[in-house]
Amino acid sequence: MNWLRRLIPSIGTFKSKSKVPDGLWVSCKKCESVLYVPELEKSLYVCPKCGYHMRIGARKRLDIFLDNSSYEEIAPNLTTKDPLRFKDSKYYTSRVKEAVAATGEKEALIVVKGMLKGVSIVVAAFEFRFLGGSMGSVVGEKFVQGINTAIKEKVPFICFATSGGARMQESMISLMQMAKTSAAIQKLKKEKLPYISVLIDPIYGGVSASIAMLGDINIAEPNALSGFTGRRVIEQTVRIELPDNFQKSEYLLSNGAIDMIIHRKNLRSKISSILNKIYKS
Amino acid sequence: MSDEKFLSFEDPIKELAQKLSALRTASVDSPALNTEIQSLEKENKALTKKIYSKLDTWQIVQVARHPNRPHTSDYIKRIFDDFDELHGDRQFGDDASIIGGIGLLENMPVMVIGHEKGRDTDEKLKRNFGMTNPEGYRKAKRLMLLAEQFSLPVITFVDTAGAYPGIEGEERCQSEAIARNLATMSELKTPILVVVSGEGGSGGALAISVGDHLSMLEYAIYSVASPEACASIIWREADKAPEAAKAMKVSSKDLKKINIIDEIITEPLGGAHRDYDLMAENIKSSLIKNLSILNKLSLDDLLDRRYKRILEIGS
Ligand SMILES: [Zn+2]
Repeated sequence: MNWLRRLIPSIGTFKSKSKVPDGLWVSCKKCESVLYVPELEKSLYVCPKCGYHMRIGARKRLDIFLDNSSYEEIAPNLTTKDPLRFKDSKYYTSRVKEAVAATGEKEALIVVKGMLKGVSIVVAAFEFRFLGGSMGSVVGEKFVQGINTAIKEKVPFICFATSGGARMQESMISLMQMAKTSAAIQKLKKEKLPYISVLIDPIYGGVSASIAMLGDINIAEPNALSGFTGRRVIEQTVRIELPDNFQKSEYLLSNGAIDMIIHRKNLRSKISSILNKIYKS
Repeated sequence: MSDEKFLSFEDPIKELAQKLSALRTASVDSPALNTEIQSLEKENKALTKKIYSKLDTWQIVQVARHPNRPHTSDYIKRIFDDFDELHGDRQFGDDASIIGGIGLLENMPVMVIGHEKGRDTDEKLKRNFGMTNPEGYRKAKRLMLLAEQFSLPVITFVDTAGAYPGIEGEERCQSEAIARNLATMSELKTPILVVVSGEGGSGGALAISVGDHLSMLEYAIYSVASPEACASIIWREADKAPEAAKAMKVSSKDLKKINIIDEIITEPLGGAHRDYDLMAENIKSSLIKNLSILNKLSLDDLLDRRYKRILEIGS
């Protein structure tokens, strides 16, 4: 199973009730088709039967998106200083250690320089498996360093955001990262450099209400869930059962929150063609 | 105050206050009675001081949420002269959970914006308990841009449990409304002073609190999520809220220590709800002092300073 886990970071999101055979087979969360993993790899983890976009890790995302799957990482070694010395049933530092061990990443955001169809860009990708892709001080700082690099090199900035929101264990320092990332995005705008925000399932709370919704152009993958407050909390507050499509990409598009919904396999070509129209290197 | 409400840890004061009010309304008039009143008052003061000098974080949360705690409208009445309220976001509606308008701070015109929770049941409903929808944040943004246009400093009062978690808010893109305010405030070309006066809850509070000077009332709280929400997310038990409040460092003292806020504004003995006038006076003098400092900066320096301050957090 270990190699499979590495291959499909999202394996934990498959329905546990379905009979997932060990090894080369997984089942689709939506249509429950049993799928052959090497085939799924080729389809970029989009179910060939129903088009369901499965969750993939940040590294995979960058590999798929960038020319030759190659990139240079920005501030790769930043780690949290645990500014509040936070402890619940466990120490925050041990939760971070577990996340590092589970993902092989040092934090919930990877920021890199790379090329998209020959155009230099800076890309930030959230790793949802790292404490729910939550934004603490390191995520905020890496994001800003990425923006600064884009400004310095006069290149576009693209962010793939998937996150549960602000990181509770850094409380106010986390909350302030919303202001920090938003302020940095304004600097990028001043330089007239494009910022394209791609909403990946799921994206909520403090990251939705800063990084994700401030794109010059906001794009979502199909069936991505996004909003400020999660469905469960809203249901508890208003005591109404919410429609099935609530907060899904299609709902976001019809409510005016995003510009377009783009299939994972077309993200490279679509973003490249947009950049060709709004950006001159 | 006959309708004075007491918190559970205030039981000893409650008894004294009841005795005092009984004596004050007593129809007998004797020197002995006056002496008794004076001595009870003294005792009451000493006891209040004792209790309030060592509040734990969870007790502070309760003071911040006290039903009698002064609200933004109470402060506006006491601090600013000739206040003209301005309404609406010009796009969808007027969200009464945020009050905004132009007033005079010692003859200086300023833009005032703040959450308003409402006092009686009808007003609470009208104001949605101080929980804002996108149109409220967009009204605030409109008023901030108006302030920039007319070179008015912006003063905000933060007092909300959080942005309203409703269907309509999501339909109208709550996230975008909050994000846009953060972006706008980060480069607004006029001084911004923020006073966290009650509950600073999450992104809904932050949406009007990016600025050049951030102060908190002594018993106000400010956090990334309500202690209850944090407890249910991290501890997976909502009744761990007191522990969550402590761990999240929600008090003014804790947040001053980690440099999230610039100043703690002292509250009257026993909390702001015991003396609205004195509380307003303390806020007013802080605002006047800090605004005069910010007014000395050139616009470029002001904006550079603001950007650096924002970027420093967690770097
Ligand atoms: Zn499927």
